[in-house]
Amino acid sequence: MHPSFSVIFFTTFSGAGYGLWFWLGLLAATGQPLTRTPTLAALALGFVMVTAGLLSSTLHLGKPLRAWRAFSQWRSSWLSREGIAAVLCYVPALCLAAASHYILDARIAGALLAIFSLATVACTAMIYASLKPIPAWRHPLVLPVYLVFALFTGGLLFAAVFALSGWPVTNMAGFAVMLGAAVLWRFKRRAWRDIDSRPLPVTRNAALGLPEDRRVSVFERPHTEANYLLREMGFVLARKHSKRLRVIATTLFALVPALLALPVYLLVHVDAGPWLLAASIAALAGTLVERWLFFAEAKHLVSLYY
Amino acid sequence: MTSLPVPSKVKLGLVIDLDTCVGCHACAVACKEWNAGGISGPLTDENPYGKDPFGVWFNRVHSYEVEALDAQPAMTLHFPRSCLHCETPACVSVCPTGASYKRAEDGIVLVDEDKCIGCKLCSWACPYGAREVSAVEGVMQKCTLCVDRIYNENIPEEVRQPACVQACPTRARHFGDLGDPESAVSLLVAARDGVSLMPELGYAPVNKYLPPRPRRAGAATMQPIEPVAEKLDQDSLPPLLRWLDRALSR
Repeated sequence: MHPSFSVIFFTTFSGAGYGLWFWLGLLAATGQPLTRTPTLAALALGFVMVTAGLLSSTLHLGKPLRAWRAFSQWRSSWLSREGIAAVLCYVPALCLAAASHYILDARIAGALLAIFSLATVACTAMIYASLKPIPAWRHPLVLPVYLVFALFTGGLLFAAVFALSGWPVTNMAGFAVMLGAAVLWRFKRRAWRDIDSRPLPVTRNAALGLPEDRRVSVFERPHTEANYLLREMGFVLARKHSKRLRVIATTLFALVPALLALPVYLLVHVDAGPWLLAASIAALAGTLVERWLFFAEAKHLVSLYY
Repeated sequence: MTSLPVPSKVKLGLVIDLDTCVGCHACAVACKEWNAGGISGPLTDENPYGKDPFGVWFNRVHSYEVEALDAQPAMTLHFPRSCLHCETPACVSVCPTGASYKRAEDGIVLVDEDKCIGCKLCSWACPYGAREVSAVEGVMQKCTLCVDRIYNENIPEEVRQPACVQACPTRARHFGDLGDPESAVSLLVAARDGVSLMPELGYAPVNKYLPPRPRRAGAATMQPIEPVAEKLDQDSLPPLLRWLDRALSR
C-alpha cells in the first residue's frame, strides 16, 4: 500500500496524543486532585498532537472541505466512527481543563476522556483490521498493536510532562516503560513473523476464476502507463528494505526507550524528566518508521492481477 | 446510506465469456468514450496528450499466459476486469460519507460524486481493483453499469445496454438480470458453469465469468499420421500415358 505521509503522521501523533489524554483521563477518573500546571500542559500537548494529526489526515482527502460528511455513516463505517470519537474527545478534554483551572471534581470528565481516547485509537485500528483485501492488516495483533503504541508513546509523553513540570514521578514509571517496550517488541516481532511466513490467502487463479491446476503468468498489462491501482496499492520499495527498516523501527520504539528508562528505574534521585522526554522522542520516531512499514509492506489482493 | 439495502430481486450485472474474449480492448475504449462524454461524465485524464497520460478507466483488459497441461495446450487468456456489483460490497459499507451506495431497486453499486470526500478507503476495500480515484475531480469513480444508458428513454431501445456490451465484437459480454434464474444471462451462466471471482472473500459478486472451454487435445497427444501408399489406376489414364506407365514400369 502507498504510505501516505499524512496518514502516517496522523496515526503516530494523534495516537500518542490520545494515549496521553487516556493516562491523564485515568488519573483524573481516580479522583486524584489535579495539579494545574502539569494537567494543563498535558492537555495542551495532547490537544496539539491530536489536532495536528487530524488536520494532517484531511490533507490526503480529494475534497477536504467535505470532510464533515464523514460523521454520518457511523452505523457501518469504522472511518466514520473514528471521526465521531475523535471529535467527542474534545468535550471531556475541555471540561478537564476547566476543572483543573477552577479545581472542580473531574472524575466523570476524566473517565469519558479516557474512554473516548481509547475508542478513537481502536476505531483507527479497526479501519485497517476490517479490510479483507489486505491480509497483513487482518492479523489479530493489529488492534492490540495500535492500542499499545498509543498507550506507550502517550504514556511516555504523559510521564515526561509531569516529570518536567516538577511532579514527583515514581521510579516505577521507568519500569513501566521497559515493560511497554518489551510488550511492543514481542507483538511486532510476532506480527512481522506471521506476515512473512503466510502467503496471500487467495491465488491468482481464484482472482481470474480459473481452476487451481493451471499455471498463469502475466502476458500483457492492460495499460502501458502506471495507473491509480499501481500507485496506491502496488508499492514494493518497503518489501525490499523491510529487514533493515524493522531493525531501525524496533531499536527506536523499544530498545532506546527501554535503555533511557533504565536510570529512571534504578537511580532514585535522577531527574526523570529529560530521560523520559528523550525516550518519548525516540519512541515517536520509531512509531513513524513502524507505521510507514505497516502501510508500505502490506500487500493488496489487487496485486494478483498485475 | 452506506448500510446495505435489503437484497433486491433484480440483480443487474455482466457475464463475461473468457472463452471468446480476444482482448481487443474495444469494451474498455467504448466505456471510456461513453463515460467521458455521457451524462455521468466527465471521466477526465491528467496530462492526456503528454508524456505520461494518467486517468481513470472503469474497465481494464489484462492478458495472461496459461501454461499447458497434459491434456490441454497452452493458451492466452484475456481478462476484462471491472466492477462486479457485489451483493455485499465492502466498498459501500466502509464509506464514511454515504457517497458509495448500492441501489435497492437493481443492485447497481454507484458513487455519488457530490458527496465523495476522496478518502480512498473504498478502493482499499475492493479486492477487484474496481475503483480508481480521479485526481482531477478529487473523487472516487467506478463502473456505473451504464446506468445512464440502460434506462435512457432518449436513446433507441436496442442501445439501452452498457457501452462495453454493445461494443464487444465477439459477443463475449452479456448484460442482464442475474437475480432472475430464467433470464438469458442466468441460463448462460448455468450452461457454461460460470464462476464468481475470489468467492472465498464473501462479497458475492453479481458479475460472472465463463471459464474458457476445454481445448481440443494438442499435437503432443495426436496419433501420428501413417503415410498411405499411393495407388495408380492404369485404366483411367489416356492411352499415351498408359503406354508410358507400362514402358517405365518394365
